[in-house]
Amino acid sequence: MKFGIIVFPGSNCDHDCYHAAKHVFGQDAEYIWHKETSVKGFDCIILPGGFSYGDYLRTGAIARFSPVMNEVIKFASRGGLVLGICNGFQILTEAGLLPGVLMRNKGLRFICQSVYIRVENNQTIFTKAYQKGQILHIPIAHADGNYFADKDAIKRLEDNNQIIFRYSTKDGQITDDANPNGSLNNIAGVVNENGNVFGTMPHPERVCESLLGGDDGRGVFEGILSIVS
Amino acid sequence: MKAKVYVTFKKGVLDPQGKAVGAALESMGYHEVKSLRIGKFIEIDLNGLSKTEAEERLKEMCKKLLANTVVEDYKVEIE
Repeated sequence: MKFGIIVFPGSNCDHDCYHAAKHVFGQDAEYIWHKETSVKGFDCIILPGGFSYGDYLRTGAIARFSPVMNEVIKFASRGGLVLGICNGFQILTEAGLLPGVLMRNKGLRFICQSVYIRVENNQTIFTKAYQKGQILHIPIAHADGNYFADKDAIKRLEDNNQIIFRYSTKDGQITDDANPNGSLNNIAGVVNENGNVFGTMPHPERVCESLLGGDDGRGVFEGILSIVS
Repeated sequence: MKAKVYVTFKKGVLDPQGKAVGAALESMGYHEVKSLRIGKFIEIDLNGLSKTEAEERLKEMCKKLLANTVVEDYKVEIE
């Protein structure tokens, strides 16, 4: 399977994604510079974390207009798998590939810590390797992860089971205390209606090896890889 | 031609930054501050457009890039 990892000016988790795909899972992986105008030959596109364009104006707002994004949008509309992590999630919402917006954290701080999230829906490609209700311990590192969407959009997400991850306590309770950034309904990750575009604020690529502190993120890659096996 | 664009959070959207700054003013003794919200002010110099054309184009710029209409409103003024 061939992963393409988009590199925007200011991306800084591109190497982590590359390492996970290439070295941990032994797959083909290539960086794609944001000025490229083709994503031909790739099976899964990853928009990595970072601070594309210095977060100027709004997170992801300028990256969304990078030339490669037209191709990513076409790729997604053909059913191609797109995974946006952290800044990548922010870019996907700005591009309209996912609903909602990631706003400044409620406490105004940049938060860098491992949090617990609950798998809400394991009927997607990205989460099929997990159990429904499974608790994952995965790091977050963001200042703008406060998920917001209007009431109707939230209702649609809830009704369609598009909410994939929610911030929870260690034993899976969805509480305000377990919500690090003020996200509505503790939302940490959502998928589009077709189930092929996934955005997550927690970083699965950072926890794919127990040597690096955990392997709860492996399931996301295992799910993606299952489409070729 | 000069244009001024104001981008502000929609009513009901939480503005933690504005809240923090409002609370700071309050703690400095400005008890008259009832609420405070922070937005963006953008100045744009434009070339070769009539005022009506400029209005159209600026609205487009706001919708496409300058504001995220999920959570923000915009207002355009042309001088």
